[in-house]
Amino acid sequence: MIERIAALGRSGLDILEAMGRSGMVLFHALWAWPNVRTSFPLLVKQIYAVGVLSMVIIVVSGLFIGMVLALQGYNILNRYGSEQALGQMVALTLLRELGPVVTALLFAGRAGSALTAEIGLMKTTEQLASMEMIGVDPLRRIVSPRFWAGFICMPTLALIFSSVGVLGAYAVGVLWLGVDGGSFWSNMQGSVEWGEDVMNGFIKSVVFGVVVTWIAVFQGYDTVPTSEGISRSTTRTVVYASLAVLGLDFILTAVMFGEL
Amino acid sequence: MRGRTLELAVGGFMLIGLLAIIFLALRVSGLSMNSSEETYRVVAKFENIGGLTVRAKVTMAGVTIGRVSNIYLDKEDFVGVVEMDIYKQFNNLSSDASAAILTAGGLGEKYIGLIQGAELDNLTDGSEIYDTQSALVLEDLIAKFLVGRVSDEP
Repeated sequence: MIERIAALGRSGLDILEAMGRSGMVLFHALWAWPNVRTSFPLLVKQIYAVGVLSMVIIVVSGLFIGMVLALQGYNILNRYGSEQALGQMVALTLLRELGPVVTALLFAGRAGSALTAEIGLMKTTEQLASMEMIGVDPLRRIVSPRFWAGFICMPTLALIFSSVGVLGAYAVGVLWLGVDGGSFWSNMQGSVEWGEDVMNGFIKSVVFGVVVTWIAVFQGYDTVPTSEGISRSTTRTVVYASLAVLGLDFILTAVMFGEL
Repeated sequence: MRGRTLELAVGGFMLIGLLAIIFLALRVSGLSMNSSEETYRVVAKFENIGGLTVRAKVTMAGVTIGRVSNIYLDKEDFVGVVEMDIYKQFNNLSSDASAAILTAGGLGEKYIGLIQGAELDNLTDGSEIYDTQSALVLEDLIAKFLVGRVSDEP
């Protein structure tokens, strides 16, 4: 009995400790930024790995989600004879919710897991330790550019996702199902507010970007240096990041669009 | 050469991101410079504003000429007070113009429709529109209709 309580307390302490370590990793990664000249090529390389390589999946899923939204929306709106509201429905759904959230989930699966596995393998093969031996700070050299790359790429990807989704909806709604193109765009422009919808969605994607990259980088840096440990922390990255994104999305939505 | 293609790819990525934000700004949200246009404020009191919201359109002859900027209750007369910002370019509305709360498409969003009057003086910043027509509240209409039907019966 006592042992169980002790184990509970120990796991609580472990969680607290992990949070402390992750906070320190984040702090160091941010602190390490100012060295622009040497960091910039590293950053470009990471933006390529994190952003450019994620673009295919983002564009394809954005296109399909936009098209599906248009199909479903058309079916429902058509029943009330208001299918010209399709544009505004698709645009608001994409900009406010689906753009940031689905991008963050895909980003966690595509880029986050890769970051964790990469850093985890570096730790397991003691590359990080040997870097420290020769006087290179692994947080600065490895973690910091990856963190900043995620911070930059995630909002960009979310913007691309939303745009492609709107275009997909246009293709299905206007070109295929025959909604009037003029009212599709004008209804959209009438109801979408730059500050309210586009900017709030952008803020969401920035927050998700930070959280997902932070979790991914930390899980890699903190992995148990075995092959099993890497697999576990990669899984954990995807699970934690997805849960964090969905939970934060609720809070952010409540603050931005709710009555809070 | 390898580094060059990498940088090109990243540059292209950033460019696409920039295009996306421009697309969202201009095409999707219809952002234009009108939002920062100069306005003057006009007040109108309504018996019932019935679901009018802040940022609703103010129109004349169907053309948007302003936005509702504030709605509150007059604590003495118990009427809804609606403040609207009207674009400066429409500065020749007569002071006896009338305002009505209308509903787009019968069930859609509420907006204010102004109708030009005959007076030669113009509405200026802070002036009030006296001739107002409240929102059509569907429940009231139904209630009246039902009461009317009951009293008609022999």
